[in-house]
Amino acid sequence: LSAFSLCPGAGQDVGRSCILVSIAGKNVMLDCGMHMGYNDDRRFPDFSYITQNGRLTDFLDCVIISHFHLDHCGALPYFSEMVGYDGPIYMTHPTKAICPILLEDYRKITVDKKGETNFFTSQMIKDCMKKVVAVHLHQTVQVDEELEIKAYYAGHVLGAAMFQIKVGCESVVYTGDYNMTPDRHLGAAWVDKCRPDLLITESTYATTIRDSKRCRERDFLKKVHETVERGGKVLIPVFALGRAQELCILLETFWERMNLKAPIYFSTGLTEKANHYYKLFITWTNQKIRKTFVQRNMFEFKHIKAFDRAFADNPGPMVVFATPGMLHAGQSLQIFRKWAGNEKNMVIMPGYCVQGTVGHKILSGQRKLEMEGRQILEVKMQVEYMSFSAHADAKGIMQLIRQAEPRNVLLVHGEAKKMEFLKQKIEQEFHVSCYMPANGETTTILTNPCIPVDISLGLLKRETAIGPVPDAKKPKLMHGTLLMKDNSFRLVCPEQALKELGLAEHQLRFTCRVHIQDPRKEHETVLRVYNHLKGVLKDYSVQHLPDGSITVESILIQATAHSEDQGTKVLLVSWTYQDEELGSYLTSLLKKGLPQSTA
Amino acid sequence: FFQYCLSGHPTLPCNVLKFKSTTIMLDCGLDMTSTLNFLPLPLVQSPRLSKLPGWVLKDGSTFLDKELKECSGHVFVDSVPEFCLPETELLDLSTVDVILISNYHCMMALPYITEYTGFTGTVYATEPTVQIGRLLMEELVNSIERVPKAQSASMWKNKEVQRLLPAPLKDAVEVSMWRKCYTMPEVNAALSKIQLVGYSQKIELFGAVQVTPLSSGYALGSSNWIIQSHYEKVSYVSGSSLLTTHPQPMDQASLKNSDVLILTGLTQIPTANPDGMVGEFCSNLAMTVRNGGNVLVPCYPSGVIYDLLECLYQYIDSAGLSSVPFYFISPVANSSLEFSQIFAEWLCHNKQTKVYLPEPPFPHAELIQTNKLKHYPSIHGDFSNDFKQPCVVFTGHPSLRFGDVVHFMELWGKSSLNTVIFTEPDFSYLDALAPYQPLAMKCVYCPIDTRLNFIQVSKLLKEVQPLHVVCPEQYTQPPPTQSHRTDLMVDCQPPAMSYRRAEVLSLPYKRRYEKIEIMPDLADSLVPLEIKPGISLATVSAVLHTKDNKHVLQLPPKPSQPPASKKRKRVSDDVPECKSLKPLLSGSIPVEQFVQTLEKHGFSDVKVEDTAKGHIVLLQEAETLIQLEEDSTHIICDNDEPLRVKLRDLVLKFLQKF
Repeated sequence: LSAFSLCPGAGQDVGRSCILVSIAGKNVMLDCGMHMGYNDDRRFPDFSYITQNGRLTDFLDCVIISHFHLDHCGALPYFSEMVGYDGPIYMTHPTKAICPILLEDYRKITVDKKGETNFFTSQMIKDCMKKVVAVHLHQTVQVDEELEIKAYYAGHVLGAAMFQIKVGCESVVYTGDYNMTPDRHLGAAWVDKCRPDLLITESTYATTIRDSKRCRERDFLKKVHETVERGGKVLIPVFALGRAQELCILLETFWERMNLKAPIYFSTGLTEKANHYYKLFITWTNQKIRKTFVQRNMFEFKHIKAFDRAFADNPGPMVVFATPGMLHAGQSLQIFRKWAGNEKNMVIMPGYCVQGTVGHKILSGQRKLEMEGRQILEVKMQVEYMSFSAHADAKGIMQLIRQAEPRNVLLVHGEAKKMEFLKQKIEQEFHVSCYMPANGETTTILTNPCIPVDISLGLLKRETAIGPVPDAKKPKLMHGTLLMKDNSFRLVCPEQALKELGLAEHQLRFTCRVHIQDPRKEHETVLRVYNHLKGVLKDYSVQHLPDGSITVESILIQATAHSEDQGTKVLLVSWTYQDEELGSYLTSLLKKGLPQSTA
Repeated sequence: FFQYCLSGHPTLPCNVLKFKSTTIMLDCGLDMTSTLNFLPLPLVQSPRLSKLPGWVLKDGSTFLDKELKECSGHVFVDSVPEFCLPETELLDLSTVDVILISNYHCMMALPYITEYTGFTGTVYATEPTVQIGRLLMEELVNSIERVPKAQSASMWKNKEVQRLLPAPLKDAVEVSMWRKCYTMPEVNAALSKIQLVGYSQKIELFGAVQVTPLSSGYALGSSNWIIQSHYEKVSYVSGSSLLTTHPQPMDQASLKNSDVLILTGLTQIPTANPDGMVGEFCSNLAMTVRNGGNVLVPCYPSGVIYDLLECLYQYIDSAGLSSVPFYFISPVANSSLEFSQIFAEWLCHNKQTKVYLPEPPFPHAELIQTNKLKHYPSIHGDFSNDFKQPCVVFTGHPSLRFGDVVHFMELWGKSSLNTVIFTEPDFSYLDALAPYQPLAMKCVYCPIDTRLNFIQVSKLLKEVQPLHVVCPEQYTQPPPTQSHRTDLMVDCQPPAMSYRRAEVLSLPYKRRYEKIEIMPDLADSLVPLEIKPGISLATVSAVLHTKDNKHVLQLPPKPSQPPASKKRKRVSDDVPECKSLKPLLSGSIPVEQFVQTLEKHGFSDVKVEDTAKGHIVLLQEAETLIQLEEDSTHIICDNDEPLRVKLRDLVLKFLQKF
């Protein structure tokens, strides 16, 4: 028995997540992400890895989406509508609500703005979402009779979940992206001690141990404040949902406290909608927000207003949150181009940027960018990077491993070098095997599951009834018969097994003649034997019956005189095979003769 | 496997189930009908109530006139209202391991149980149940604590005195057990013991039992519970609904294959159709307002009110009521309206879809936005400035004994233009109105109880087919007032077992199997043998480990080498272990083959004699005799252990071990 995992998408790369897990004969696809850094075929996972021939619907038992970020769900309409998959797709309610909006948003940028063809349509997004089944946290969803899945809270973004996939007693936990420390709007990821055979964890920040959240927040506020004070403009490229709300809460409270007047804008029509999702799914946010939402809803902002593209040319300081977060297209890129030439301005990148994006280029120090039409854009504005994206850092990943106690760990969604470091750390600290497959690579992990069987209550009670205190040195053996019929395994007592099979018991009996030198009368000899046995076999029931025989448990001992020699008595010791050890012991004991003095 | 019944109220149940080694309390309902025996608590000094005459006994003695007041021929206790608690003496409640809550109405006795009985366990409930339950408790505590009452009557409770009182006081049960309302610190302490669960979440209790809440369709977050081990399944059905209102639909499929189904919380008004009642509610409301009167709707701050507001949302414009103000007055009105909008995952499909847009699931958000619905924490403060008549007021408590509703009854009771419309089914409306008599205002009774009726129950039972049904005794006979309606009772085969307050019921169940796990290395060591086509067996000798009620079979340890000590061993050191059983044997021994085998093993003087039942094989030199019969073999020999063991092993070759 084994669990396999195959990574058509996210191996040693933060680009796109798509993992295939085969566990006890069930095939589950985890996430269906796209790569933001590519504009060609490479942006979607290569689904031919999954099955060369045959329909995906027949091969896959289900698809699970961990959260609404496009690197985890961006290829879903392509996968289900263009490649073709009609089976169930599971995700949480907030993900189900928000995912189609981000997909549509992305489609518009790609098709309407860039004029690309061969891309999924609005109708495809709708048809794809019809295949989605929404799940609750901790709900055990029975995909079919054997396969069950369960969602755990993952922090990261609204509605993000980790999933446990279980078949019989084999299980896999897939984290998606997660965050082990609560932030200003979300709680921390949590999983119970479910001891999966395999934990598949993201490792975006495999080597980072981030300084305290508070320091980063102070740093962020200071930078924004300084820029605004000197009349500069601050651009914060974000994704519409997630970090944006956290930073808005942060700035809102800061503006309130410092009584600042510079305008804060939030770009794109998504904003208001986005905040509305947070209000309606407030049960997915952190404790504090949930507790106080009746008095004050944290997602109703006083200082933050909707952005109009004309505002970008307004004189004076301002702060603008604009999408998308990696500066690869859309409004954030437009504003960036307008403001990049002025050294008074600042761009703050609050999250990770995928290779190939403008965001990645400026973060790696590039200051001359080649834009469309061979135009060169010189970046004079200040470029700041602040890790606000809510991924677990190395400490967090270790913490999650400690929580779940997996038997094997598989690292995905990270960079090879950093993963190697983390892999060593995990193997050292937890003594479990750790894997880090490349894209398209298959990892096979052998599991060794216990076999659950039904034990008859009679047998179990018989075993637990004997001896109140289990002795570690002398473990008691339990004896039963395992009946295997079709797929049912039942452990019953031997008598019942015989009876059920319609077989008779075959009794094997031994009777041994033991010669004893004793001139006394028979009944006196018997009495001596009785006293001797009684003295030696303290834990056994030794009885002297009225007919002159002795029993030790169910073993029968009778004495007769020797036909020729009056000084010799013959003891007939008789036992069944079930008492073999005791019977054998008794004959050898009696062979040694009786002790000399018997008072 | 026992059930202890602690509450006699079929819709406010409190049962304790002893299941395997766990003690599980099912719901914690508080019977508040006891408050109907008390005078209302007015928010402002009421001359009418304070002038009510004291009650005088037939013999003219007046010693109770401070405690009991008379109003229109009824006698009321003039004291802080008290509630009838679940039975606390039937079993030691500190032994309860967990409490499972099915909906927010069935948890109102929780503080009494968790704070006063030594309870140390965990309470399980869904998030909406806890949040709305908290609101109900807050409202209750608030409306009683707001009106401090100096007097606390207790003399009337004396058994000798109670005997002399008029009905219904005379017949009130367990009055010594009636208690005053709890306080907010007690509520908070009780709620802190709750662990939140989601529908279809499997919760392990001590490794022995698994409990799972299922959607019951009755209220936000309301659940039925499955209590099961690997081999037995008890379904606890409490407050379920098949009507499409706002909650997620009832999960019926998961109730299948139950050994026992406990059925509580059916509709209290089996003859009324909820849809018809809503229609009547709207038309009565419209008529009163058109005539210039006010409408009072005594209600709980959550539940049916959401549905009523939704109906009104669709109705008011067409009925020309758009200018009439709707007021919702409760200390938790705002919270209740806000909370209703954030539990999208617990709502019916239609409402869920709205949230995806994103729009608030309930239209009362729009009523509030357009100022048609206004909510206030109480009649004091802002409300008194905004108050315009004619209007519609939703407020609590439905018993009419405390809360802001008391004020409106006093204010509007004298005019026949006004109407009070009863929608909550928990209290008899005539009893509720008794201390306000004589009354000029119109009274309309439109009880809306969406819980299962008896037709739905019999359909449900046919569908899920439990082996046994257990229900309160009230459900096994027609209602006392309609004894000819034999259709108004639970009808199933075998007949339902009934219980009543303070009764212990032994539930039928015979368990035959238990789950055990075989460790992989032990499994590898087993040698299966096909006995019959398709049936294999293997003998298992293993060490049984039991921890946290889970059983595991492990490979027995290899026999350790006896310590090589020179010390002379005592005889008793060799005594074999007690009860190390050998397997059973089966099969028979063909005599020719057996003799051949013996000869092959060096026995040259084998002689066979036939007997009536088989054969006797003689080994002359060894003075050994082997009796072979169909189902037995007997080896009789001298005390020559090597010989015996050799013969034994030869015999065993022909037999199968079990």
